Amino acid sequence: MKDSTRAAAYLLPFVAALAVAPLLLPEFYVTLLNYIGLYAIVALGLVMLTGVGGLTSFGQAAFVGLGAYTSAYLTTVHGLSPWLTLPAGLLVTAVVAVSLGLVTLRLSGHFLPLGTIAWGISLYYLFGNLEVLGGHTGISGIPPLQILDREIKSGREFFYLIWAVLLVVVLGTRNLLDSREGRAIRALRGGSLMAEAMGVDTPRAKIVIFTVAALYASVSGWLYAHLQRFVNPTPFSLTQGIEYLFMAVVGGVAHVWGAIVGAGLITILKQWLQDWLPIVLGQSGNFEVIVFGLLMIFVLHRARDGVWPIVTRLFPPPARRRSAPTSVAETESPPRLPLARRPRPESGSLLLEVTRASKRFGGLVANDNVSFTVRAGEVMALIGPNGAGKSTMFNGISGVDPLTSGGVSFRGQRVESLPARDIARLGMSRTFQHVRLLTGMSVIENVAIGAHLRGEKGFLAAACRADRAEEARLFDEAAWQIERCGLAEQMHDAAGSLPLGKQRLVEIARALAADPCLLLLDEPAAGLRYLEKQALADLLRRLRAEGIGILLVEHDMDFVMGLADRVLVMEFGRQLATGLPAEIQRNPAVVEAYLGGVE
Amino acid sequence: MRVLDDDGDDGQTVVLQVRGLSVSYGKVDALHGIALRVHRGEIVTVIGPNGAGKTTLLCALIGLLPVRGDIVYLGERQDAGRSVEKLVRQGMTLVPEKRELFAEMSVEDNLLLGAFDRYRVGHRDQLETIDQVYDIFPRLMERRQQMAGTLSGGERQMLAMGRALMAKPRLLLLDEPSLGLAPLVIREIFRTISQLKKLGVAILLVEQNARAALQIADYGYVLETGELSLEGRSRELLTDQRVVESYLGLGGRH
Amino acid sequence: MDLQIALLLGQDGLTNGAIYALLALALVLVFAVTRVIFIPQGEFVAYGALTLASLQAGRLPGTVWLLLALGAVIAVVDGSLAIRARQFKRLPWIVLLSCGVPLLLVGALLAVSAATLPLPVQVLLALMLVVPLGPMIYRLAYQPVAEASVLVLLIVSVAVHVTLIGIGLLFFGAEGSRTPPFTDVSLEIGDALLQGQTILVVVASVVLIVALYFFFERTIYGKALRATAMNRTGARLMGISGSLAGLLSFTLAASIGAFSGILISPITTIYYDSGFVIGLKGFVGAIIGGLASYPVAAAGAVLVGLLESYSSFWASAFKEVIVFTLIIPVLLWRSLKARHVEEE
Repeated sequence: MKDSTRAAAYLLPFVAALAVAPLLLPEFYVTLLNYIGLYAIVALGLVMLTGVGGLTSFGQAAFVGLGAYTSAYLTTVHGLSPWLTLPAGLLVTAVVAVSLGLVTLRLSGHFLPLGTIAWGISLYYLFGNLEVLGGHTGISGIPPLQILDREIKSGREFFYLIWAVLLVVVLGTRNLLDSREGRAIRALRGGSLMAEAMGVDTPRAKIVIFTVAALYASVSGWLYAHLQRFVNPTPFSLTQGIEYLFMAVVGGVAHVWGAIVGAGLITILKQWLQDWLPIVLGQSGNFEVIVFGLLMIFVLHRARDGVWPIVTRLFPPPARRRSAPTSVAETESPPRLPLARRPRPESGSLLLEVTRASKRFGGLVANDNVSFTVRAGEVMALIGPNGAGKSTMFNGISGVDPLTSGGVSFRGQRVESLPARDIARLGMSRTFQHVRLLTGMSVIENVAIGAHLRGEKGFLAAACRADRAEEARLFDEAAWQIERCGLAEQMHDAAGSLPLGKQRLVEIARALAADPCLLLLDEPAAGLRYLEKQALADLLRRLRAEGIGILLVEHDMDFVMGLADRVLVMEFGRQLATGLPAEIQRNPAVVEAYLGGVE
Repeated sequence: MRVLDDDGDDGQTVVLQVRGLSVSYGKVDALHGIALRVHRGEIVTVIGPNGAGKTTLLCALIGLLPVRGDIVYLGERQDAGRSVEKLVRQGMTLVPEKRELFAEMSVEDNLLLGAFDRYRVGHRDQLETIDQVYDIFPRLMERRQQMAGTLSGGERQMLAMGRALMAKPRLLLLDEPSLGLAPLVIREIFRTISQLKKLGVAILLVEQNARAALQIADYGYVLETGELSLEGRSRELLTDQRVVESYLGLGGRH
Repeated sequence: MDLQIALLLGQDGLTNGAIYALLALALVLVFAVTRVIFIPQGEFVAYGALTLASLQAGRLPGTVWLLLALGAVIAVVDGSLAIRARQFKRLPWIVLLSCGVPLLLVGALLAVSAATLPLPVQVLLALMLVVPLGPMIYRLAYQPVAEASVLVLLIVSVAVHVTLIGIGLLFFGAEGSRTPPFTDVSLEIGDALLQGQTILVVVASVVLIVALYFFFERTIYGKALRATAMNRTGARLMGISGSLAGLLSFTLAASIGAFSGILISPITTIYYDSGFVIGLKGFVGAIIGGLASYPVAAAGAVLVGLLESYSSFWASAFKEVIVFTLIIPVLLWRSLKARHVEEE
């Protein structure tokens, strides 16, 4: 994340301030900071889940409870060391989170939060009603943590532990988001269609972030249990779960540091409101929720990115560019640290064979018995009037929306029933007619998503930065593809700030970053100016010369006729004609199809 | 049979006048400097190849997209406060390219909802209007109890048009009524469109099917990559070689 | 468990199930039309019950102040929008509608002593105080972000929910209320005693469901709501604006919520925060129906009521755990049924 990378300049003074804080502050504030730290760990999980992945959970408090209760029970009843109960709590949490994720994540997005509400409530009642967990009175007498014979009992000592954990989690999360898997997670927000076409296993990515968020909560719960040395169900209720989400949203749900800001703001505000509101209202009760609720509505209406972007605006960090991609030379040359390339099929060999492909939507026949081939080193254009079924055909071939009947074989393998991500793995890459870029991310990061399948470092490697060499190679590759597409100058701009025509070029660069044998381009020239179209045609010619097969849907006839080797005309889902461009332009049936007519 | 609501409209023949209209998606102009005019009782067509911006034009006119430039509708200059709802109330109706029917409702309910806004402001003549629409599209009468989602392509287009007529429009915007239809059905639909003209409603017809559109239109414009490149009496455009060129990329221009 | 207890539990389960069914229908309606997951539905149940209880106890219900406050805020918001658009003619109407009507209600309440009025009038008054809160909350909290994602709307819902809980505590206090039964009649069928209140709840729910059915099938406004749920763009082109559909569906949901609260307040003690859990049980029903099917949602909700009732007999401490854990197999079942989901 750009903001958080830049914020690193403030990291050192921040850590220094943390180091001296418990020495200078009175006990009350140390306790407050301890809670802020504990809450921020949970909120951080929500940042990843909600702000980055586009999912959400109201049940994080229940995960905190799982961590806390597991440790409380195992230490008091079975006398285990807290250092053993931490992994035990994490294990229990992971099992619950993965099963809950498996159950809900295949459904549309809102079923997960609804599931977490129900789950949050039932776990709360379970804690309160299980005799072994002490019922509503809870479990007391939890042993303190011990580090090298030293018991960590005081709040001041605990402060260092909590904030050390928090910093590790923050940095780990930041690293993770700035990695191959991190980009895959961020791609979830753009809908799973694009991510799947780039080879991302989206259900797995969703389950992973849901589980990681739950694990953060569990760690926080473990710390809480040994700080308080007493647990009861109250702090793990749904209300608290909702408050965690408020912290993340108010702080800035898309920003790692927003979690800390949000946890701090809400905790301090709550403290203050709990002192003042009962006096103002002349009654006692949890009236701060009124203010929190209204504050949330206000934030969602007026500043959906929360407070953190405002903080960065007040303290503009020194500009810093990422190191990996800028090392690339400005001239157009293959990357110096090449990624493995797949062997190219020989030019002229059969790449794609579509046989009698049909697609029906209810009674509507969108594709009717279409057959054609694409060879390596050839540009095949698919044209036809609106509604002829061209994009449907694209979706059928690339596995995004499988055919009703008929066969697709790609490089000798039947692919018509494979999911999009497996077809992508075989070397087919595509662009979308309606541009699907992550508008807030830079061009190069978007393009790097295309190279997803060419890296292999996972979440753990990313979190501890063991993936830097591979990342550098991925970014070199992305930078090279961007330059080939003529976008070198916009490499670090936010993709959404580019004009639509250029965004289409970014889509092509992203597809190329996958090192495809076959490229499916859906209206690549739309929105481009004349000279840009020329440049695009040149690029496609060069790709063709390299032996890549290209299947192209395009409306600009000048562009198509000047570029394509063969043209397939579709009308009403049927194959009207196939042939050389010149033949097609003279074909009376094609002229008829384009100009239409009633006798 | 009178589908048009013609109270207080005498003498004013220009229904829609557009000058210097531009629409942009992000930084790219999807439409640039469009100028056109539609008179009462006239069919005006905008033809052009795929991706020229035809649908964008209609969406902009009905208020679904923000625009720059002048739109004068029924003698009133449209300001920033324009909205789909307001334009619908003033008798502008769009039959969208995708039809946008209410699939799990009967044909008759779809038609009734076409008159929703008239019902809301107090008109209670829906039953008569529905009979008039059935006169125009007898097929809808036969299918009145059928769910809209189960209709054939041609019937869907008829329903979309019938639903629009229920609002008693002064200006009917038609977006590619021929889309995805077989030639015989297209002929039927277009014959109906030319009949509507006789009822006095102004029609702006956007079509890719240039010949069919020009055969029933009075006046035509050719839209190419966001700009109007050609205009004229439709009889003249029908034989203009440049129309063919713009469709098939034969011109070798630029 | 002998037959008599089984019947008694069944009766309880059916009564609660009928209420959950009403709420489930409202939730499906609001979601289909506005994409809002209406978490605050339960607060309308509590507000309805507690407002009626306040009226019967001769107190001025706190809902009055909320109504006035929301009215004033709407007058300011809509008024300044009208001024900015130079539509000065609308100003008096805005003020009259959003401030005048609530003031009139307050005046009427102060003028008569509500405690002495006949029950139907009290019920009507309670509804008049609570139902307008629905569209008002839609106008202020949801309409400005109507185009946002389901996720954002859901978070707004949760925010509205906690706000209303806090306000509920402020207005009605922490003590619960129970209104006297609408009827003392009871029927003896064989060994079982059938409570009049139970019959009333079930009958009223069925009547309301039938009325809703007619509204959606026979009236043009009901059809307009269904049309919006099916095809937003299509509906807009007919002049059915999103905000009109939103206001209408929130009015219905608020009516159903408040009415449900009034129906059950003689059966259970209602606290300021009781509505939430009641509403969530409606949700479990709605989720069984996939947030899309009305009949399945209603049937699911009745099932939830029965399950709750019987589990309170077998394992009363785990009643809530059992009911809310039901959602897991339900989601699993739906997930296995779902083939391809693309959220956009």
